[in-house]
This record gives sequence, structure tokens and C-alpha cells, in this order.
Amino acid sequence: MAGLGGFEVEVQRETPGGVVTEDMTLSMGPQHPSTHGVLRFVVRADGEVMKEAVPDVGYLHRSIEKIAEKVGWHGFLPYTDRVDYVAAMFCNHGWAMAAERLAGITVPPRGEYCRVIADELCRLHSHLLSVGSMAMDLGAFTPFTHAIREREYLNDLFEELCGARLTFHYMRIGGVGWDLPPGWLGRLTHFLGRFEPILDEYDRLISYNKIYAERLADVAVVGAEQAIAWNLVGPNLRGTGFAYDVRRDDPYSVYPELEFDVPVGRGEMGTLGDAFDRYIVRMREMRESCRILRQCVARLPDGPVIAKVPRNFKPPAGECYVRVESARGDMGWYVVSDGTAFPYRCKIRTGSFAAIATIPQVSRDLMIADLVAVIASYDLVAPEIDR
Amino acid sequence: MLDAAGVHARLRDRFGEAIGPLTGSGRDAWQRVDAAQIALVCRFAKDDPALAFDCLSCLSGVDWPKREVIEVVYHLYSYRLRHWGVLKVETPRDAPGVPTVSGVWPAAEWPEREVFDLFGVVFDGHPDLRRLLMPEDWPGHPLRKDFVEPEEYHGISTSRASLLRP
Repeated sequence: MAGLGGFEVEVQRETPGGVVTEDMTLSMGPQHPSTHGVLRFVVRADGEVMKEAVPDVGYLHRSIEKIAEKVGWHGFLPYTDRVDYVAAMFCNHGWAMAAERLAGITVPPRGEYCRVIADELCRLHSHLLSVGSMAMDLGAFTPFTHAIREREYLNDLFEELCGARLTFHYMRIGGVGWDLPPGWLGRLTHFLGRFEPILDEYDRLISYNKIYAERLADVAVVGAEQAIAWNLVGPNLRGTGFAYDVRRDDPYSVYPELEFDVPVGRGEMGTLGDAFDRYIVRMREMRESCRILRQCVARLPDGPVIAKVPRNFKPPAGECYVRVESARGDMGWYVVSDGTAFPYRCKIRTGSFAAIATIPQVSRDLMIADLVAVIASYDLVAPEIDR
Repeated sequence: MLDAAGVHARLRDRFGEAIGPLTGSGRDAWQRVDAAQIALVCRFAKDDPALAFDCLSCLSGVDWPKREVIEVVYHLYSYRLRHWGVLKVETPRDAPGVPTVSGVWPAAEWPEREVFDLFGVVFDGHPDLRRLLMPEDWPGHPLRKDFVEPEEYHGISTSRASLLRP
């Protein structure tokens, strides 16, 4: 295809037995069951070995950043759900935080706790889909059905909280839309009590399953230094053994009051920083999220959940860059205000965008079937790349 | 760990007038960098032990038609020292060109392609400067403020009549 770059003339070579072979160019996607969104890879392969896998993105580009300039500060909040539809609350949170920082608004403590509860539930929601579909991409169907079953309970909680089962939308500039529904915290605690033992079951079912672990071990190894140079974030960065979490190391909201650990990859199945390490970090993060949720339930203060914010919201001219620790890692919001009712510019920097840029490097000389493992272990979500 | 003023002073010491005054407050405070020097400044910002900006956290474009410039904004973060630096480069709207920093941080490669695609800024020395999100033959750069959406693309209409209103 014209302009894709990176492709020379098809290479021909002769084996010692006199058989002439040539490279084959394959198109994987745009619609492929394992790409979780509209995503295309152009793969140059020698037999089953990939020589190169070039990502070709943009099929989902909806100009979210341009929309921000047209719809106003409050109006853009529901659009942010669509930036990462698997973990929408983080996008809500990032946008609201950017607006609050520009206008100097302080969120009431109960509002902050509600936000953290929503965030961490969203992390469970996203990581469950990630590990479940990862097993399915590698050929195991049952773990996926288990993950989806647990996600259904989360969906019920979310539906009660904000009315939606997919593009959750609960936060507002200045806090959250409304207080938690009556009895909801009890149901959340009940869910946690049932869910934590299930995580052990997952470990028995998949994590240390020989076939599964060996499909992931030593695949697409990324070192910590390389990961930083490429700006990999979140579980993809922590999988390399580098302990950095925005919630802990550049804290926002009420995270400094909460106790949690930052799990990192340990190279327990193969090389440090391989696909298995990225997977296992997500498994362990779910435990930490449960821990955070329990603390939030215990500490939830009384009071209002939202600060007074004018309907016609006009933050003073200026700019800011805020980050939240989304399920896919550090999500940055660079927002410029010119003092009007419409944002002047909004740039969303996401984890998947940086991760997909590294695919050509990490996929070289892997088997074609491993590309699926790489995509799944990076936890790529296409709308986060294209926005 | 340095604050924005400390970062500014350090860069000013090394590059003098190529670094503009510090504007804004807190960790969002930024400095303008002479466009021709940006790659050198970034190389220094990464290698200097007092700055140690090992991570290019964000690279964005901002269009300012009134001032007839496009800004390229670099948010630098140091994992080692946990501090921030914000650099801005201005380039004329009619012929925007900025040296690439992808040689300093490979992470710049894709965001620069994105800015090239959506704003039309050419990054000199970029290893693979192609459109990223829009089709190859898309006219114009959509994130410019004066971008007008074409009525059709290869004979496909980009708008459709309302089903509700006459």
C-alpha cells in the first residue's frame, strides 16, 4: 500500500535445498478479534516469523480534541468517556481536574472519595477485560467468560451509580454528579468480599497455567530504560520492574491518604519485562484496587459531593497539564484556556498511543501468533490511540 | 528536584538568549525556546545531571492564527528527580518547521507525526514523517483553527441531510 513506509521490495532467498522463498505481506485487521477496536497491522513475514509489523492507525479517529474546542467546558465531559470506553472514569477525572486546576476549584472531600471509588472500580472493570480477553486471544475461552461474569456485577454497581453499563459518566467539574445511592456501599463491600477470593481462583486457573505462562514468557521483552525512552506508562512500565505510579509518586485527589502497594514485574516466568510480567502486574493491581476501595468505604467523609461551579464556566486564560493514573497508565491532559466559555486547546496523551508506537521494535522476529500476545499484553484500546 | 524557576535558570545559564523568560506559575510555568535550538536544548535537558529529563511526557501543537504562529509544546518529566519542565517553540503558520527531538527521546516520533498530520508542522530530521491519523491525501490540517471540512472525500459526502428537519 502506498505510503505505509518501511517496506522494501519483497525479499527473495534460496534455501540450501534450492527452494526459493519470499517474504509475504499480510494485513492484520482493521477488524480483527484480538485488536479490541479498529486497528490494522501490516505484517511482513518470512513463513511464520514476523520480520516487521507496522501499525496503521486512524480508523477510529473522531477528532475528540477538536470537539473539545467546540462544545464548552461542561459539554466536553461526556465526550471524554469515549476516549477510553473501557475505563471512562479516568478520562472524566482528567478533564475535570484540568478544568478545576485552571479555575482554582477545590473538590469537597466526599466528592474526592467518590471519585476514587469510581476510578478504582473502573480499574477493576478494565483489568478484568484485559486479562480475560488476553487469555481468549491466546486461545483459552473459559477465563474470558469468568472475567465477563465478574464484570457483570461491576456493571450492575456502575449502572446503579451512574445509569450506564459502558460509557460511565459520573464526574462533573467540581466533584461528582450526585451522591452514592442508598445501600450502594453495602453492595460494593459485598462484591469485594466475593471478588477477592476469585482473584486467587484466576491465579490457579490461568496465571500459573503452564501453557498460558509459556505463551507469554520471554515475548516482547522491554527493559526499564527502553520503556522510559518510549514513554511506556502504567502496567507496561511497571512490568519492566520500574516502580512508578502517578497515584503514589505524583499524587492527586485523596490518594496520599490511602495505603496501597505498586506491583512490579519480577521476571518470574522468564525475562524481566516480558508479556507475562505486564499481565501479572494487572492481576496484582486488582488486589490493590480492592484494598483502596475498602479503605474508601471505611473513611468516606460526610458533606457535599460537588463544589459550586457556575453553569457558564469560564476559567481564566492559562494552561495546565494534569495526569491521572488510568488503567492503561499515566494519562496526560494538556489544556489551554483563553478565558472564554470554550477550551482553546485540549491535548490528550494516552498510554496506548505510546505503546503502539513500539510494536515495530518489540515484534521483530517473533512468531505471527505472538503479535496477538503483544497487543494483548500492552492492553491496547484503539480509541485511546486515535482519539 | 528543581522547581520551574530552577529549570529555567539552568537552561538560561547554558543557552542564554535562546531561552525566553519564564511565564505562568507553579509547575505549569513555561519558557519559549528558539526554534532552531530546540533539539540542542532537549539534548542538554536530558543529559544534564541537574535536569535529567529522561521522559518526554507530552508533545502537543497549538494553533494561534491571531499571532500567525503554531506553538509546539514539550512537557518534560524527570523520573529520576521527579520534576517538570515545559518548553514552547513558535513557528510561522505559513511555513511551519521545527527540528525533531526524536533523536533525544524516541517517544517523540509518533506525537511529532501527529502534530505534522493535524497542524502541518514539518519536523526536520524526523525518520518517518507521514500522516498518522488522517488519510494520506486528506486536504489541510484539521486541528488548525481555520480548517474547513471538505464537503466530500473521494465522492463520499461528509455530511448528511437531517432526518428530522426539512
